[in-house]
Amino acid sequence: MANPISGLNKIFDNRIRMGVMSILMVNQSVNFNDLKQMLEVTDGNLATHLVTLEEEGYLKVHKGFVGKKTNTTYTVTKAGEKNFRDHIAVLEKIIKGVK
Amino acid sequence: MLSETDQLRSIQDIKQMMEKSSRFISLSGLSGVAAGICALIAAWFGRQEIADYQQGRITTGSSATDGNYGLRTPHENLEQQLLLIAAITFVAAFVFAFIFTWLRSRKTGVPVWGFTARRVMINVLIPMIAGGLFIWRIKELNAYSLIAPACLIFYGLALVNASRYTLPEIRFLGFGQLILGLINLWMPGEGVYFWAAGFGLLHIIYGIAMWQKYERNNN
Repeated sequence: MANPISGLNKIFDNRIRMGVMSILMVNQSVNFNDLKQMLEVTDGNLATHLVTLEEEGYLKVHKGFVGKKTNTTYTVTKAGEKNFRDHIAVLEKIIKGVK
Repeated sequence: MLSETDQLRSIQDIKQMMEKSSRFISLSGLSGVAAGICALIAAWFGRQEIADYQQGRITTGSSATDGNYGLRTPHENLEQQLLLIAAITFVAAFVFAFIFTWLRSRKTGVPVWGFTARRVMINVLIPMIAGGLFIWRIKELNAYSLIAPACLIFYGLALVNASRYTLPEIRFLGFGQLILGLINLWMPGEGVYFWAAGFGLLHIIYGIAMWQKYERNNN
């Protein structure tokens, strides 16, 4: 039997990247500050992980303005959604195997 | 390589993030109890004012020392008194509700003015503002017996609407208000009792139930 761990997505190894994906799976679009507040991380840290997810094609970035302030919002792409679901399915398999 | 317990923890993280980001969970049951008590006190004062007005006590009791009084009819006087009670009640209920929810938000770690709280607020305000204008117009047209039902119905709709973004049980509180409001439509003149039952009793019952369910064990 193949080791199910090989099916885990490396991109989601990180807690912050996984947190971002979890939030975006249940919310249509969330802006940078709200993500930062919910995940309790620093600007730089969050930005790095968002870039990784964007380069992977899992996130779509919308740059906008609220008044004169920039307001960047993020939504999950179809590819991101599929990969995240697959990742969770593998996690479930591993946990069921433990029981 | 990550161990199985790590995987279990990441599943729990995912679940928690989804929960925390999709619903405002800091709403305290004690907020409901406080708002309910404010409403009962207000209903009691309101009923007094209405009873005084109906017995004509205010007209016989006018005094020459009250300079303003001569300019107002008893009817206008009642209207002003009830508006004053309503305004004080709204502010008091809001302040107490905010305090308990703020205290709770420090325990749950969800900011009281975060993304989820704002979404709840917007979804409550849409039916409430429409309802407020509607009630204002009812008052202008002197259809007073419709004021209490309209308060209950629009508030019920606001709660049902917002329940998707906060504790799901608030939906039942919304249905309770809606049902009371609708029954009250066919029982004009009993508005103050329906109002007290909805904004007072239902809030208190809901608040105690929520406090028992979510907060008692965590304190």
